[in-house]
Amino acid sequence: MSTLAFVTGLVYLVAATLFVVGLHLMRAPSTARRGNLVSAGGMITAVVTTVVFALITSGGDPKGWLALVLGLGAGGTWGVLRARSVKMTDIPQLVSVFNAVGGGAAVAIAFAAFLQHPSGASLDPNTSIPVVLDVLIGSVTFSGSLIAAGKLQGTIPGQPLTFPGSRLVNVLVVLLALGVGVLTLLSTGNVVLLVVVLVAALAFGVLMVLPIGGADAPVVVSLLNALTGLAVAMAGFAIDNQVMIIAGALVGAAGTILTLQMAKAMNRSVGAIILGGFGTSDNKSPASVEGADLTNVREVTADDLAIQLAYAQHVVIVPGFGLAAAQAQHEVAELAKLLTDHGVDVKYAIHPVAGRMPGHMNVLLAEANVPYTQMLEIEAANAAFDTCDVALVVGANDVTNPLARESGNAVSGMPILDVDHAKAVVVLKRSMSPGYAGIPNPLFTDPKTGMFFADAKKGLADTIVAVKEYVTA
Amino acid sequence: MTATLFGNLAIFLLSLLVGFEVISKIPSTLHTPMMSGANAIHGVVVVGAIVTASVADSTAGYLLTLVAGALAAANVCGGYVVTDRMLKMFTRPEPTRTGATEAGDVAP
Repeated sequence: MSTLAFVTGLVYLVAATLFVVGLHLMRAPSTARRGNLVSAGGMITAVVTTVVFALITSGGDPKGWLALVLGLGAGGTWGVLRARSVKMTDIPQLVSVFNAVGGGAAVAIAFAAFLQHPSGASLDPNTSIPVVLDVLIGSVTFSGSLIAAGKLQGTIPGQPLTFPGSRLVNVLVVLLALGVGVLTLLSTGNVVLLVVVLVAALAFGVLMVLPIGGADAPVVVSLLNALTGLAVAMAGFAIDNQVMIIAGALVGAAGTILTLQMAKAMNRSVGAIILGGFGTSDNKSPASVEGADLTNVREVTADDLAIQLAYAQHVVIVPGFGLAAAQAQHEVAELAKLLTDHGVDVKYAIHPVAGRMPGHMNVLLAEANVPYTQMLEIEAANAAFDTCDVALVVGANDVTNPLARESGNAVSGMPILDVDHAKAVVVLKRSMSPGYAGIPNPLFTDPKTGMFFADAKKGLADTIVAVKEYVTA
Repeated sequence: MTATLFGNLAIFLLSLLVGFEVISKIPSTLHTPMMSGANAIHGVVVVGAIVTASVADSTAGYLLTLVAGALAAANVCGGYVVTDRMLKMFTRPEPTRTGATEAGDVAP
């Protein structure tokens, strides 16, 4: 090992340490930002070291460097622009697109490493095995992540898309990808075979994600994140680069844990999600149930809600998917601030899966300047409901359904927010349509519940106007 | 099996174990930023793009370098920037902490 290679290896270990420390710091809200910056520092360290090492050892072909600079410039600019402009409600699909490009880059690196092989000679398994694995995993994450992003964005229908015999087709495509992958290893560097592996794996990525319901898509994004990490680690094996192996494995492991925890928070198993079990989505038509059971519903207006809020001492707001979809996080924060300034104690009860994915609601509220100390997690929130005067539910449904405490229905056993323990409840919602689980919510017909039918953004804006009447008078 | 491959496999396995250990329990508050942060770390694939550039010596090699460079840069730059945007909002100076329960810091 030359001195240069030794020093490079040492600096790589420093970068790897920074990744681990960064990830560790990201476990708590107060240190999370520092953690991300530490991790970015590790990344810069790794990149600079690699450039210096490559320039000194190979010098390289100017055309190769030109291609790199053009690529980095274009991709980097695009990435930063998207990252700066994306709406906080659209974060899940952006992360999914970043998974896709990461997997795609790993595949391109694998092909380049494969083409370095002198034609005619038998392949070196130290390189060829990781190359084939990289192409398999990277291609699945590339196409799968793009489909998942499309589902979250709504450009691809959120309903599970299946066709007769789709399971059989999936199995055949997987067998084709694996079989040709083995043939590639036995060949003398036949790139056509590797292209077949690429195409089959891309097809499998599409077929794997299409049958998954839109509401489950975030868990799939997290899973594909872990897989992208593994593809990058395989690329690291292929070109014998330790920092890629370490960082890829870290993401593979961290992403796996995160996927399991997310699935648990959503009361779903990863297996059921991948097999497309539930068969529902967040885009379903409410027509069939709309107006079905309005007899026991007490309807309230913005004015009624404003009086209740203005004269309450403790208010708990329960934000849900409807708030995220209507992008009403700023309105809800403004209402809360108005009430707080008036002397009302306001807290937010955040269900683990409120929003589009676990933790997403916290991001949306943080965007609207809500301090995270006002956001109660499920246990603290349930204690708060017992003493609160008004619980205001904005666009949430299944996570408040008291039926979860009983057995034999779609939400049985799911951890819920005990909104029905509050003295009074107001539900701001567009209609009586059921949520993701597809069952009615008895909370809506509870005598102490008032239903305020409106779009979250519009309804909250009207309420703010009405509250101002009472608190300034 | 060569010594290099064995060394790399050992690194891979231990890194997996470190990854499992370091991310044992995350409050659901942070699931979204954490996923985005891990997403940025696999942007390390940009290192592979640089190595690919340094050994490219054919048209196919240049094209693959271009593709790998563009995709990897989008991943790594976009990933860190969007994660920082999210986390910046979590660490804003808070007006008061009085009366607020430390719910964010309590293990669920």
